[in-house]
Amino acid sequence: MDRYGAMVLRVCRAVLGPTDAEDAWSETFLAALKAYPGLPEDANVEAWLVTIAHRKALDVWRADRRRPVAVAEVPDRGRADEWHGDLWAALARLPHKQRLAVAYHHLAGLPYAEIAAITGGTTDAARRAAADGMKRLRTLYTEEETA
Amino acid sequence: MNFDALPLEDPAAQARLHARLVADAEREGLLDLAYRTVDTPVGSLLLAATPVGLVRVVYENVGHDAELTRLTETVSPRVLHAPARLDTVAWQLDEYFAGRRTAFDVPLDLRLARGFRLAVVEHLPAIQYGRTETYAQVAAAAGSPKAVRAVGTACATNPVPVVVPCHRVVRSDGSFGGYAGGRDAKRTLLTLEAA
Repeated sequence: MDRYGAMVLRVCRAVLGPTDAEDAWSETFLAALKAYPGLPEDANVEAWLVTIAHRKALDVWRADRRRPVAVAEVPDRGRADEWHGDLWAALARLPHKQRLAVAYHHLAGLPYAEIAAITGGTTDAARRAAADGMKRLRTLYTEEETA
Repeated sequence: MNFDALPLEDPAAQARLHARLVADAEREGLLDLAYRTVDTPVGSLLLAATPVGLVRVVYENVGHDAELTRLTETVSPRVLHAPARLDTVAWQLDEYFAGRRTAFDVPLDLRLARGFRLAVVEHLPAIQYGRTETYAQVAAAAGSPKAVRAVGTACATNPVPVVVPCHRVVRSDGSFGGYAGGRDAKRTLLTLEAA
C-alpha cells in the first residue's frame, strides 16, 4: 500500500486539482483497504488503484455539478499549489478526456488498453486523447511560463 | 514536454494523508496489521500488532521487508505503518533494555504459533527474568518430556521473541544454544538480565 501513495497523489492532483485531491486520495486508499483481500494475486495494482481513484473523482465531479453556485478554484491546503503550480494549472485547462488520458498514461504509467477500460471508449481513442492532451499541454504550459 | 518537473514525492502531504488513512482505517476496523520499528541494543526490531495484540517481533537478520510480505500473506494484506498501536510495547522495550523492566505487560496475539509450539510459547513467560531453563525442562513443562528438539524448533519460531523470553531457554551443558536473533543477541539479553 505504502508503495503506491505518491503515484496516486500525483494522479489525483492532476485530475482533480489540489483542493479535492486529498479527499479523493483518502477515499481511494480506504476503499482499497476494504477491497484488498479480494484482489487477485496477479492483478495490476496500479490500474486497480487508478480505477478506484477514477470513481472517486467522478463522485467529486457529480457533486460539483450539483453545487448551486460555481466557486472559483482556490487551493486552500497543503503546499500542492507551490508544487509546480504552472503545470497543474495547465493540466486543469485541458478538456476532460485529455486530462484523464494524460494523467493515467503519463503519471500512472498505465497502458492505453487499461485507460480505455477505466474511462470507457476504445484503446485508440485513449491514445489519441493522451497525444492531443500532451500537444495542448505543451502550448498551454509555454503560454503560462511566458505570461 | 514531460512531467519530470513534477516531483515524485511530496513528503509533507504524504505524511498528512498517511496519518489520516491510519485514523480512518482504525475507525472502520480495517487496520488488520499495524507495524513500526524500534532501535534496541540488539538491533532494529520490527513490531507488528493485530487488533488482538502483538503478533510478531522480528530481528533485522530475518529481514524486515521479507517478513512484512509474509505477514500480508499469513495474517492480512491490510497492513499500514501505524506506530501508535505499538507505543506501549515500544515503551516497555525501552524500559526493558534500560534494565528498568523485568516483565512485559501487553496483549499478545499468538495466532502464528500452533499445537506444541504454542504450548511452549505459552509456557515461556513463566521463566522469570534473570533465570534460565533447559530445553528438556521446557519440554517437560509443556507436557512432552521427550520433545526436546521440538522445543528448540518452537523457540526458534517463537513469533514474539524478547517479549516472550525464548532467550531464557539454554542447553543442559550451560551453553546458550541457538536463537532467532543470533547468538550475540541471546548473549546480550542474558547478560542484561544477569546484571
